[in-house]
Amino acid sequence: MFLRLLYESFRRQKRRKLLAGLAIMLGVTVATAMIAVATNIGDKMSRELRSYGANLVVTPEQDTLDLQIGGVELNPPSDTAYLSEADLPKIKTMFWGNNIVAFAPMLPVNVNAQGENVTMVGTYFAKKISFGNDSVTTGVIETDPWWRVDGSWPSDDSSDVLLGETLARRLGKKAGDEIEVARQMHRISGILSTSGTEDDQIFAPLSLAQQILGKPGAVRRIYVSALTKPEDALALRDPKSMGPELFDRWYCSPYVQSIAYQLQEAIPHSHAEQIRQVAQNEGTILSHINGLMLLVTLAALFAAALAVSAAMATAIFERRTEIGLMKALGAGNISVAVLFLSEAALLALIAGTLGFAGGSLLAAEIGHAIFNSNITVAPVLFPIILAIAVIVTFAGSAAAIHRAVKFDPVYALRGAA
Amino acid sequence: MSSPTTPLRRDPSKRTSMFLRMMWRAAVLRRGRAASALLAMVVAAATATAMLNLYVDVQAKMRREFRNYGANIVVVGKNGGAVPRDAQAKVDSIIAGHGQAVPFAYVVATTSDGHSVVVAGTDFSAVRNLDHWWSVTSWPQASGQALLGQRAATVASPDGKAFDLTFHGKTVHFTPAGTVQTGAAEDSRIYISLNDFENWTGVQPSTIEVAAYGTTQQIGVVMTKLSQAMPEAEVRPIRQIVEGEAHVLGKTRSTLLASTALIILTAALCLLATLIGWVYDRRRDFAIMKALGASERLIRGFVAAEAAALGSIGAFAGYGIGIAVAAWIGRVNFNAPVVPRWSVLPPIFVGAVLVALIASVAPMFLLRKVQPANILRGE
Repeated sequence: MFLRLLYESFRRQKRRKLLAGLAIMLGVTVATAMIAVATNIGDKMSRELRSYGANLVVTPEQDTLDLQIGGVELNPPSDTAYLSEADLPKIKTMFWGNNIVAFAPMLPVNVNAQGENVTMVGTYFAKKISFGNDSVTTGVIETDPWWRVDGSWPSDDSSDVLLGETLARRLGKKAGDEIEVARQMHRISGILSTSGTEDDQIFAPLSLAQQILGKPGAVRRIYVSALTKPEDALALRDPKSMGPELFDRWYCSPYVQSIAYQLQEAIPHSHAEQIRQVAQNEGTILSHINGLMLLVTLAALFAAALAVSAAMATAIFERRTEIGLMKALGAGNISVAVLFLSEAALLALIAGTLGFAGGSLLAAEIGHAIFNSNITVAPVLFPIILAIAVIVTFAGSAAAIHRAVKFDPVYALRGAA
Repeated sequence: MSSPTTPLRRDPSKRTSMFLRMMWRAAVLRRGRAASALLAMVVAAATATAMLNLYVDVQAKMRREFRNYGANIVVVGKNGGAVPRDAQAKVDSIIAGHGQAVPFAYVVATTSDGHSVVVAGTDFSAVRNLDHWWSVTSWPQASGQALLGQRAATVASPDGKAFDLTFHGKTVHFTPAGTVQTGAAEDSRIYISLNDFENWTGVQPSTIEVAAYGTTQQIGVVMTKLSQAMPEAEVRPIRQIVEGEAHVLGKTRSTLLASTALIILTAALCLLATLIGWVYDRRRDFAIMKALGASERLIRGFVAAEAAALGSIGAFAGYGIGIAVAAWIGRVNFNAPVVPRWSVLPPIFVGAVLVALIASVAPMFLLRKVQPANILRGE
C-alpha cells in the first residue's frame, strides 16, 4: 500500500514533482560545479602563476660569483665551473618531474660582436628533449612567456641568433640582417624585447654558444619553472633534521624546497635553490585564492541548500489538503511523515544524480572557458553529493511536514488553511 | 435581475488608504507566510550583495598582494648612463603614497685578495619596503655597514669579519651587517648605503625601480607622467611583473565572476520559487477581491505594489547583511576589511524588485483565466 501511494504520488502530481525536482537539480548542479572548481583552482592557478617565469635555478656546486651589470657578464670564462647538458633530461625523470612545466639552460659567453664586447647567452628556444619513452619540448619560450620576438625564434639546431632590442638599436641591426659574432657571420632571425637585462644581449642556440666557448656540453645555469605547493611549517624545515617518515612526507610534497632538493639529486655536482621573487609570492597568492574560493563555495552551498529547502517547503505546504485527507482517513503523523520523506528521498536521488551530471558538465565548461583545460569531478564526490542532497531535502521537507501535520484535518479539508 | 452597478465616485484619498490598509493587513494576517517570503528575499539579497561586493573589491585586494612581487616600472638613463640627478625626487613626488621608488647604483670593485665583486648603493629602508622576498639576516643600520649577498659573503668576508673594497684606487673599509639571499643576482652583490657609495665612488644611480600601485590603467598614467617629467631618461614597464599580474588576475576575476553569477542565479531562482508559492497560496484572497468587483488592473496593481514593497525592504536589509558578510570574508581571508561598495546597492535593489515582480506577475497570469468561483470553491 505504501509503495502504491508513493508510485501514485509521482504519477499523478508530475508538475509539482517536476518543479521540486528541478529546484533540487539546480541546487546540486551549482553545488557540484562549485566544489569541483574550488578543489581544482589551486592546480589551475599554480599553472597560471608560471607566467611569472622560472621559480628555481640550478647552478654548479663550485660556482663563482656572478659579475653582471646591465646584462654584460664580466666573468672570465676560464675559472668558471659548468653543469653538463647531458644531465638535463634527468629533470623530467625525478620524482616531481611531472610538476616541471619547463626548463631552460643558460650559457653566457663574452663575444666580440661588430667591434663591441657583448654577452651572448646560449639556451634552448623550443628544444625537444627525450627522456625514457617520453619527450618534452622546452626552452625560454616556455620559461619566459613575456619575451617578445620581432621576427622569428631561431631554430635550436641552427646558427641564427636573436639580438636584444637595445643592442640592435645601438648596432643599427634589424631582423633578417647578418651580424659578425666571434669572427663568423650569423643571421639575425629576430629582435628580442624583454624589458630586462636581456635587451642588451645576444641569444643563440646552446650548441652555438658551446662551440664558441669551446666547451661542448657545458651549461652554466638551468632555470626551472615548476608547479609548487604553498609553503607551510613542514616546508621550511631542514631535511637533514627530519626522521625518515617526516622526510618522506616532505619529499613527496611539491614544496619548492623539496623540488630544489630533488633537482640537486638529479643533476650531479649542482646547487638548486628557489628564485625567491617568484616562488615566495606565488605561495601567498595561491593561499589567498584558495581561501577565497573556499568561502565562495561555502556561500554557494548555502544558497543551494536554501533553494532546495525553499522548494521542498513550498511543495509540501501546497499539499496540506492532501495531508488533512490522509489524517482524516486515519493515518498517523508518523505514517504521513514517512510517506512524504520517502517521496523527498526518491526525488533527491533522481534529481541529485541529474544535478551531479549537470554540475560536472558545468565545471568542465568553466574549466575550458577560463583555463583551457579540464576540470574533472572526482567520482568519490558522487555519493557524498547525493547524501548531502538527500539530507538537505529532508531538512527542507521536515519543517514543512511538521507544520502541515499539526493542522486540524477539518480545516484542511475545508480548504481554509 | 441585476441592476447595473455604477461605480460610486469615491474619494481618492479614501481609495489610497484602503489600498494601503489591505496591503498592511495582507502582511499582518498571514504573518507566517509573509515573514518567510521576506526572509527569502533578505537572504537572497544578502547573498547577492556579499558576492558582488567581493567581486568588485577582491581585485583591489589581489593587486595589493601582487605588489609583493616588487617593482613594475624601471627608470634608467638613456644609453646606459645615469638617471638625472633630481630623478629620485621627481619620481617620489609623482607616485606620492601610491607606490615605492628605490634607486640603485652599481660598480665593480675588488676585494683585498683581488676578487672582483659587484657593489651596489641603495636606500635600505626603501628596498626593505619594495623587495619583501629578500631573505635578510640583518639590515645595515649605520654608515660603513654592508649587506652581503650569500655568495659574495663567501668571497669578500668568509669569516664574517670586516673587509676592504677598492674602486679606482680608493679603498674603503666595511663591516658586514648581514647577508641577503634571493636566488637571483643579489646573491652575488654587496649592498651599501647610497651615501657611502657616492662618497666612495662618485658614481650616480643608474636605475630607479618603481612599484606603482593601482590598475593597469593607473600604472600607465604613472608611466606617462614619469616620461614627461624626465625626458632624459627611459621609463619602461617590467613586463615579467606586469604581464604576469594581468594574466593571473584575469583568471582569478573570471573564476570569481563565474562563481558569482552561479550563486546569484541560484539565489534568484530560490527566491522566485518561494515567492511564486506565496502568491499562489493567496489566490483565494485575489478571488474574493475579484468577486467583490475589483478590476484586473487593480489586482495587478496591488500585487505589483506588494512586490515592490517586499523587494525594497528585502533589498535594503539584505544589502546591510551582505556587506557585513563580505567584510567578515575580507577579514578572514585577506586580513583587511572589504570596502562596502555603494555601487552594489542599485543593482541589488533593481534585481530584488524585479524578481518580486516576476514572482507576482507570473501566477497572476496563470490565474487570470480561472473563474473566482472555482477558487472560492476550493480548487
